[in-house]
Amino acid sequence: MNLAILIRLAMQSILKNRTRAMLTMLGIVIGVAAVIVMVAVGYGARSRIREQINNLGTNMIVITPGASTTGGVSQGAQAFATLTLEDAEKIRSQSQTVVAVSPVIVGRSQVIAPGGNWRTAINGVDTDYQVIRDWQTDSGAFFGPEDVRAARSVAVLGRTVAQRIFAGSDPVGQEIQIAALRFKVTGVLAPKGQTASGSDSDDVILVPYTTAATRLTGRPRIPQILASAASAGDIPAAQQEISTLLRESHHISGDDDDDFTVRNQTDLATAAESSTRVMTLLMAAIASISLLVGGIGIMNIMLVSVTERTREIGIRLAIGARGSDVLIQFLVESIVMGILGGVVGLAFGFASAKVLAHFTGWETVISPLVMIVAVGFSGAVGVFFGFYPARKAAALNPIEALRYE
Amino acid sequence: MSEVVIQTDKITKTYVTGTNEVHALRDVDLKVTRGELVAIMGTSGSGKSTLMNMLGCLDTPTSGSYTLDGVRVDGLGKNELAAIRSQKLGFVFQGFNLLARTSAVANVELPMLYDRSGRKRDIRALAVSALERVGLGDRLDHEPSELSGGQQQRVAIARALVTEPALVLADEPTGNLDSRTSVEVMALFQQLNAQGTTIVVVTHEPDIAAYATRIVRMRDGRILSDEPVADRHDAARDLEELDRSAA
Repeated sequence: MNLAILIRLAMQSILKNRTRAMLTMLGIVIGVAAVIVMVAVGYGARSRIREQINNLGTNMIVITPGASTTGGVSQGAQAFATLTLEDAEKIRSQSQTVVAVSPVIVGRSQVIAPGGNWRTAINGVDTDYQVIRDWQTDSGAFFGPEDVRAARSVAVLGRTVAQRIFAGSDPVGQEIQIAALRFKVTGVLAPKGQTASGSDSDDVILVPYTTAATRLTGRPRIPQILASAASAGDIPAAQQEISTLLRESHHISGDDDDDFTVRNQTDLATAAESSTRVMTLLMAAIASISLLVGGIGIMNIMLVSVTERTREIGIRLAIGARGSDVLIQFLVESIVMGILGGVVGLAFGFASAKVLAHFTGWETVISPLVMIVAVGFSGAVGVFFGFYPARKAAALNPIEALRYE
Repeated sequence: MSEVVIQTDKITKTYVTGTNEVHALRDVDLKVTRGELVAIMGTSGSGKSTLMNMLGCLDTPTSGSYTLDGVRVDGLGKNELAAIRSQKLGFVFQGFNLLARTSAVANVELPMLYDRSGRKRDIRALAVSALERVGLGDRLDHEPSELSGGQQQRVAIARALVTEPALVLADEPTGNLDSRTSVEVMALFQQLNAQGTTIVVVTHEPDIAAYATRIVRMRDGRILSDEPVADRHDAARDLEELDRSAA
């Protein structure tokens, strides 16, 4: 018997018990659809996170005050304001691999403009900040080195802030009031969208860090220094270099722990991606349980089918079929059932993922590999769960099978 | 093709159920030559069904030898027996044993699908001509449920014939049929036999056995008598008489 005949036989047999076959395949359909949706959502989450991390800046290195140990008691990260403006200056002047450095002084304040008022984040940064974050201005310009050196009261507005306090009109050149001080708006930033944690990147005002340090906050406490390596390949070297420089200026020697943390966005990306990967795997694992249940359904119905068709098997054996012919016939039937279920499940999962994407705004990614694996796997489920019933059929004694009522 | 189709030499079959030994066949010697139409008769428990399974290569003897169309069959494995069945044997059963919801022509094609000789044949054409031989050329695409009992049995006979086997084995072929249809089926067997097909019919009805050329009677697993039929009936003529008396 060739494969075409076997598949035709299997299709005939499936069509003879249409409802039963459909209900049996439903288990596989749901299982495959669930796996497809879970993996699609997982991929979507990963590509979204990657995009957000790329959005943070180019070749960016983030230095934060790190865990400090005092007398054997470990304090949490950022427990101490261990970073200073001098640290940023030192990195800028001494590092070979770092091309841009900016301290980030963080504050919050009420902002008043002729068009309205708004409470927002006021970040004191250097001009390099624009390079590091790769953040263009939509109108006007970023403040320049001269503004930083002279600690001038100039500000660049994030898109959200601009819309809030200058509804409609162009803010560039106008004056705003931050914590009772007057600032001149030099530019409005291009929108960056949401951050990975879901907050609004554009709800911010950037001012020179010198201005922030001397006029807005009393004490120059620096929660973050951002730096940019010359290229992605330079990031590890740059991190190493920054580490060495900071240990030196913080007088940390030997085996003592750093009192700062140097991270890059690859670390961030890896951490975020590995957690979403674990989630995706977990969800796919749960979804494959339904595939397993679907497989058991196939086995169940094939066992029923073998019993029902005992006489047919007897006839086939009597007129010259070998046990292996009967085995293959039943095996092909369960594989066809598995693959049909897999294909329908694929279509169903594809549609569900699209619908989900439409309603949640998540990007869902369905790779061809996942499709092949899903259909291949459902075929494998057919083989695995069809083998036992098929062997049972093949092992029947023709005499008894013919006499079976 | 050998002139001697069946040659058994002291075949026995013993079933062991628990501590009991059942001797279904004891030292059966049977020889059937080409062109015979042999009826094997006996009551139930006489061993005729066991002999039938043995002759049909569905079962193997406990001892003794069996040669079918020149091939020693006893001692062969399952797959070899399947090959023998596929090449040398045609079966006709009491309950027709056609595949349900499968057309007549597909039922007749079935044995050829399991042929492993690798011959290239037009399976469909052979099936059609076999059905024409049994007078069902106009029922090719009918399914068993759309055919009468006699027609179903003729499909089964066409299925047995289509591989041109050395031997056609019929196990109570008229058991499920009314007397007129039974005579029709026997007329078909006689006609095929006249064309050269060797046929062994197992039956418990003397009327049916009377159409054979030779009757083998069995009891308790042994051959009781084995003699040619002196007053052989002609089924075709019997049919004509039936029609006359009906009119």
